[in-house]
Amino acid sequence: MAQVALRNIVKTFDRTPAVRGINLDIPDREFIVLVGPSGCGKSTTLRMIAGLEEATSGEIFIGDQLVNDVPPKDRDIAMVFQNYALYPHMTVFENMSFGLRLKKFPRAEIKERVQIAARILDITDLLDRRPKQLSGGQRQRVAMGRAIVRNPKVFLFDEPLSNLDAKLRVQMRTEIKKIHQQVTTTTVYVTHDQVEAMTLADRVVIMNAGRIDQIGTPHEVYHTPKTQFVAGFIGSPTMNMLPCRLVENGNGLTVRLSDWLSFPVPPSRVDRYRPQVGSELTFGLRPEHIIEWRGDVPPGAAAFEARLDVVEPMGMETMVYFIVDGLEVCGRVNPASAGRVGESMRLVADLNQMHLIDPRTELVV
Amino acid sequence: MTTTTTIAEPVVSRNQTVRYGSISRGRRRTLYWSYLFLILFVIFFLTPPVYMFITSLKSSAEISAATNPWWVYHPTLSNYIDLLTQRTYLVFFRNSAVVSLCVVSVTMVISVLAAFSLARMKFWGSATLATGVFLAYLIPDSLVFIPLFKTFAFIHEKTGVELINHWWVLIILLPTLTVPFCTWIMIGYFASIPKELDEAALIDGAGYIQMLIKIFIPVALPGIIAATIFCFTVSWANFLYGLAFTTSADQLTLPVGIVTTLIRGDVYAWGQIMTGALLGAAPPLIIYAFLMDYYIAGLTAGATKG
Repeated sequence: MAQVALRNIVKTFDRTPAVRGINLDIPDREFIVLVGPSGCGKSTTLRMIAGLEEATSGEIFIGDQLVNDVPPKDRDIAMVFQNYALYPHMTVFENMSFGLRLKKFPRAEIKERVQIAARILDITDLLDRRPKQLSGGQRQRVAMGRAIVRNPKVFLFDEPLSNLDAKLRVQMRTEIKKIHQQVTTTTVYVTHDQVEAMTLADRVVIMNAGRIDQIGTPHEVYHTPKTQFVAGFIGSPTMNMLPCRLVENGNGLTVRLSDWLSFPVPPSRVDRYRPQVGSELTFGLRPEHIIEWRGDVPPGAAAFEARLDVVEPMGMETMVYFIVDGLEVCGRVNPASAGRVGESMRLVADLNQMHLIDPRTELVV
Repeated sequence: MTTTTTIAEPVVSRNQTVRYGSISRGRRRTLYWSYLFLILFVIFFLTPPVYMFITSLKSSAEISAATNPWWVYHPTLSNYIDLLTQRTYLVFFRNSAVVSLCVVSVTMVISVLAAFSLARMKFWGSATLATGVFLAYLIPDSLVFIPLFKTFAFIHEKTGVELINHWWVLIILLPTLTVPFCTWIMIGYFASIPKELDEAALIDGAGYIQMLIKIFIPVALPGIIAATIFCFTVSWANFLYGLAFTTSADQLTLPVGIVTTLIRGDVYAWGQIMTGALLGAAPPLIIYAFLMDYYIAGLTAGATKG
């Protein structure tokens, strides 16, 4: 059990920067998820914590120890890889006990530890099998078992569910969460899947082009994104983003999206947005904040008519798309009240949830 | 209306009667050709050993008589008995066996270690060295033996150590042929092992030597067996180095021994030559037969994604 700290970590591969100065504090027992698109440096960061890559500059601490020059085996970490990385010539038991055997643990203790881990992961029956006789999900369990038996200070997961099919991925996700509740070891988990990040993390670290854009609880990064990238990356379907102009309207402010569509800024946001009056901004609103009209307009919301371009029934809800100045905008409505393609539908935008982004700095205002 | 339907119908039925047996027919045709060429191949390659076997059962008189060369009229084991009771032939056999076993051991130790470091431990110049190993393999032995001979002469001049005309010198010489090739094969095998496997081993606490012994060698066993077979065959069958570097009858290996002692002037002891060659070919054959099972088992085990 230990906290992990990264101080100004930089990594360059042959002059190509992969990680451009990262600061991160992970308290003991926290489940932290590094998420971002491919090439954002999340895996490199994880591999530097593991000691598989050397940091070009900066400091890495595990517990209170500076580990920059400590080899992986002495960092007391365990890692789960995307392609499982099980030793193909060893049985499940041998795979899980390999690290303990190298460290010359007494045989009885090895056996006990493997049994406990196997019970947690529900793989007791598989201990005599070889990796090739296991399914993808079982292999991933064994890979996790190999990490658990070592009882390390930190668990590192490198996209562990990417090789599994969609249904199994959801199952294993729940499983990982349960295991963390049981084992409560500090965990750093890398994924490109924002749903995985949201569901698993105590805190999410969103990385973009080698930097951290935002660190926060899943709730924070979803509801109060700090940058345009975070706003667009978290949430599915993605946040609607439209160019807009902020104009004065008597006492209040109005967001002008196009000739036919303007929204009043809710009074609670007026003071925050007033300095931006007159400038070109990006307006952001999540699909679930554009819903069907239910007979009244709650405070801070605005009703409007839109001609539907595409309608996607999803079962529980229906996605409706309409076009504002050439850009597609998505709303999430009750299937019963969804209109048909080509028809006009009355929708309500909840502007209490709106975001304004400065396109020059890409920061949320 | 009716005319159009009557015209249309045959078109439809003609479309329906298009033969879809073409897949199996195509397969059958492919198989015919495969069999044809395989049989030609087998005849081409098995004729010499069969001829050797037939000749080995004949007496010298029958070999020189103008009878059907493909039939034995008076089978005799005298060639076998003569050879196996001759001390020289047994010495050749022993020399060959010791040389081959030593060369295999030396080569496998060197090339497994070399391949592991070249494939996995990225160090300055490792890529260039790997290419160098491959280039070394491309140089034919008929070019290498002259400089080697000169080197040995130089060593003799400087130190007084006589390296020529000793069978054990082949243990130093033959690895110049086997090490580059085996290293090259093993680099390929080691490179095909996923990088995560050694990273997992590193994190599990293995050092490089443990990683090699506990992970790489077992996983790459099919490759190691293939390299061993190759290495054994090359050193067992090598003719040139034995011919060039050894001369006394008690220092010769089998391939050289048969040719130099069973041909006296222009008298060819064909029966014994054939018998000797046939017996000489037995060890590689036996090794193939035994290791092939492991080899194929290993190959198929690695074939599925693991």
